[in-house]
Amino acid sequence: MIRSLSSIVFFLTLLLAWEFVARSGHYSPVLLPSPLNVLEYIWQATCDGTLWVATLVTMKRLMLGYGLGLLFGIPLGLITARFRLLQDTLGLLALGVQTLPSVCWVPLALLWFGQTEAAMLFVVVMGTLWSVIIATNDGVRAMPPIYLRAARTMGSKGLHTWFKVILPASLPYLVGGMKQGWAFAWRSLMAAEIFVTILTGFGLGQLLQYGRELLAMDQVVAVMAIIVVIGLLADRLLFSPWERFFHRRWGTGSMK
Amino acid sequence: MSIENALINIAPERIEIDGVTKSFTTNRGTIVALDNVSVKVAEGEFLCLVGPSGCGKSTLLNIIAGLDTPDSGRVLANGESVTGPGRDRMVMFQEHALFPWLDVLGNVMFGLRLKPGLNNKERKEVAKYYLDLVGLSKFQHANIHELSGGMKQRVALARALAPNPRVLLMDEPFAALDALTREQLYGDIQRIWEARRKTIVFVTHNVREAACLGDRVLLFSPNPGRIRAEFQVDLPRPRDINSVELARYSTEITTALKGFTNKQGTEAAE
Ligand SMILES: Nc1ncnc2c1ncn2[C@@H]1O[C@H](COP(=O)(O)OP(=O)(O)OP(=O)(O)O)[C@@H](O)[C@H]1O
Ligand SMILES: [Mg+2]
Repeated sequence: MIRSLSSIVFFLTLLLAWEFVARSGHYSPVLLPSPLNVLEYIWQATCDGTLWVATLVTMKRLMLGYGLGLLFGIPLGLITARFRLLQDTLGLLALGVQTLPSVCWVPLALLWFGQTEAAMLFVVVMGTLWSVIIATNDGVRAMPPIYLRAARTMGSKGLHTWFKVILPASLPYLVGGMKQGWAFAWRSLMAAEIFVTILTGFGLGQLLQYGRELLAMDQVVAVMAIIVVIGLLADRLLFSPWERFFHRRWGTGSMK
Repeated sequence: MSIENALINIAPERIEIDGVTKSFTTNRGTIVALDNVSVKVAEGEFLCLVGPSGCGKSTLLNIIAGLDTPDSGRVLANGESVTGPGRDRMVMFQEHALFPWLDVLGNVMFGLRLKPGLNNKERKEVAKYYLDLVGLSKFQHANIHELSGGMKQRVALARALAPNPRVLLMDEPFAALDALTREQLYGDIQRIWEARRKTIVFVTHNVREAACLGDRVLLFSPNPGRIRAEFQVDLPRPRDINSVELARYSTEITTALKGFTNKQGTEAAE
């Protein structure tokens, strides 16, 4: 209760300060819209449906790309951690490619796929996959080998060891990797939506870009705010339950 | 198979260690952890291994468990060559090695879940039986990090006992505990050993502990790891760790231990 209260007070203060600065008249309202302008835009764009559609389009792309990134990233990370040959090949590749900022994939995607959904998907998957591989790989390698030995004496082998020992033992890292992958997926999707203009869907990134072109700063700021809110929601719904679980089990995450 | 069957005493196993040699090569050089070690452990025997740090006790235990393979020599369990881990030989590791992602009951259930012939309800009952045996039934839903060191060792004991192994390999299980908890566990382990008929190989640094628990105590010396002496402890059970007779045995063993470690010290100095 006190915690949500402190959050609310903090964000309200932030909004008030912003409103105050916007009203002071030091900055042109074209460059610095007030929170009320932004809210007004959000209200109006929600009513005419623009915002819903854009959010839906973006979320669909995000979920698909992120999902694929996890689907391939987690298993690949698991096996690169356990087999030296893969560690020295795929692991090294992931380590290197992971350092590429996701925007760097856009030119390649445009040349290969043109202005299509596939280009968009490609950028998101590339943005997510490698960091998930690295995080999973690190998690498995940080696992104390005694767990494997203990499991073996109790008759665990093969898939059982993968699912009942290696995977849960690296859970804290996995969730960290999934969070990082999520952040990377967002970054790459926004890059893709800003650079890839297609007619099959008009996402938040494109809304952002048009806002800039029309000098509609309220629109720009509104889209940014929505992205932040979606990010927080995802954290609360997707990752927090896992984090709470392993903090409770492992006894980690001490906080005053 | 019913729960009674799962709990029923099974015949303990005979272990033969036959000329086992194991060395480790690191960038600091080669260490002969075990040099041609041969031991016969009788069915239902409680054998204690004592020796200074680094003399290969854990290595020997790992080889019996099937977790490590010897460079030469072999280990037979009931006449059959050991090629890997088996549910007939359970290990209590030097570190407790409990799984932090499972609660207490989940840890004890881990080995049972892999044991065929029982349904989940029966498995749960077996697990609870052993948690009760080590006095932790109240903590079945506790997380591992919420337990004290002694409680963790008890869970590890319950986990090792639950699949009803014929051999129990224990690596300094009580080293990290306070004297009182330890004394209590000496009582427990003797009770369990007598009631459940198991062959136990027990590693310790504590000579008194070895004399208290073992039918036989083997003394190891390091570099290369070898068996240096053997003591038969013929005292009635249950034994009290503080008894005078036991003190006699432990003095005798300590003297022998000092004898060859000192000699080794001078050998090394020369
Ligand atoms: N995996 C390994 N790699 C390299 N050296 C090892 C390895 N395992 C054991 N050794 C070496 O083998 C020797 C015996 O080790 P071991 O763990 O069996 O000793 P120990 O008798 O159990 O000692 P302690 O009483 O301290 O537990 C030591 O010198 C150790 O450094
Ligand atoms: Mg040891």
